Amino acid sequence: MGRCDGKVALVTGGASGIGAASARMLAAQGAQVMIADRDTANGKAVAAEIGSNAAFVALDVASQDSWDAAVAATITAFGGWNVLVNCAGILRHGSIESETMDDWRQTMEVNVKGTWRGCKLAVAHMKAGGGSIVNLSSIAGIEGGADLCAYSTSKGAVRLLTKSVALYCAERGWQVRCNSVNPGIIETPMLETYFAERDDPQAEREAWDRVMPLGIRGEPEDIGHMIVYLACDESRLVTGAEMVVDGGAMAR
Amino acid sequence: MSGRLKNKVALVTGGASGFGRQSAIRLAEEGALVCITDLNEAGGEETAAMLGPRGFFRRQDVTREDDWTATIKAVLDRFAKLDVLVNSAGVAAAADNIEDADDAIWDLVMDVNLTGTWLGCRHAIAPMRRAGGGSIINLASVLALKGEGGALAYCASKGGVRLLTKSVAVHCGNQRNNIRCNAICPGYMLTGMLRDFLDSLNDREGEHARIAAMHPLGRLGDADDIAQMVLYLASDESRFVTGAEMIVDGGFTAG
Repeated sequence: MGRCDGKVALVTGGASGIGAASARMLAAQGAQVMIADRDTANGKAVAAEIGSNAAFVALDVASQDSWDAAVAATITAFGGWNVLVNCAGILRHGSIESETMDDWRQTMEVNVKGTWRGCKLAVAHMKAGGGSIVNLSSIAGIEGGADLCAYSTSKGAVRLLTKSVALYCAERGWQVRCNSVNPGIIETPMLETYFAERDDPQAEREAWDRVMPLGIRGEPEDIGHMIVYLACDESRLVTGAEMVVDGGAMAR
Repeated sequence: MSGRLKNKVALVTGGASGFGRQSAIRLAEEGALVCITDLNEAGGEETAAMLGPRGFFRRQDVTREDDWTATIKAVLDRFAKLDVLVNSAGVAAAADNIEDADDAIWDLVMDVNLTGTWLGCRHAIAPMRRAGGGSIINLASVLALKGEGGALAYCASKGGVRLLTKSVAVHCGNQRNNIRCNAICPGYMLTGMLRDFLDSLNDREGEHARIAAMHPLGRLGDADDIAQMVLYLASDESRFVTGAEMIVDGGFTAG
């Protein structure tokens, strides 16, 4: 018996990193999983690796039409929809002075509005039969990062968007829960790209490592375990919460 | 059983009832060997009987340091190591506000909830270090995050547990001893502690409804809601989690 038997999950950003790991782990616990991403090649590969309990759909979270199609494809493929994992996100270096309007707009469009679009569709569908929405915030949504202005702002918005959605659903008696996971620094392609674009990747890497008292680097599976918990009924009493999985960074 | 706690040895205080009992049951179901402690011997023995050969009960007063020493020794004698400590022994006092506060009530609540947890953390670290790491789980409360006028000592003690947890987590991280320390903040739960309080009231149903309405999900949780989080924090699934406060509260603190 799997912990996620009977669950149908749509995982955005499912082609790599935290999205891919959580898709695999949800499926391993019995969920049927729709992997949604702009990256078709890797997304299809993850779905194929999981097997008959997974499928892939192309999704640009910044496009409403694309969202509508992805949700329709999920319901058609699996006969329902009760878990949404909003993993799609972008990370750009930039302070309030250095970042461009384009950086700002794209970050907000993907990280915030993309999550908002997903929540809106999920609530509309799930309010009848219940469900669980898991949004990826960040420790950067709790404490600001000087050189992560747009990213911090966007993740702070996701953190409170989550609570607002949670309260809205709960107050209406709908069994739709909405929670955020706030990861620390996790070894993902997004992070690799971020460091690769820095002037001194090694120095920045070491500075980031020092943020986490535990002294180990987080892997996508560390976040996947929390996503499984929030997706399944073990967390039926949990809504509007922010689950920090960060090697102790926020403890001090 | 899927073995999420395979080969782990756990010590659960307050194991005679409520969260403690249900946590012990879940940990054992997933493969752990569990020592349950409590002042309530009948309840503790009852929990131990539910666990069968996977568990045993020992009477423990968590406010006494010599009792902690003896309890840890008993766990090591029986199971040879300690991987998980669940500090769930706790007391609450009703109608305890800053004007009517009573010295004896304050001391009791602070001793059990805060000093008891502090002693547990202190005494668990050495055996966990020898075991190559471990997980300490402290039961805080949503009343560590929000105030309640009539729960003065309880709020103060649980606020203390919340930051005690983070300090221990940072210390252990700095020591690179692979010991994690996290808190769980439950909402109001329908366990013995709340039942006793409700039973003491004339308007039991009215107060139950008022408390349930404080939780946006509209109902009170039960011990298993907390035990599931205990399970996550006790297992290696949470190996990257330390110093965190995991809120399981029906949305109480979301708004």
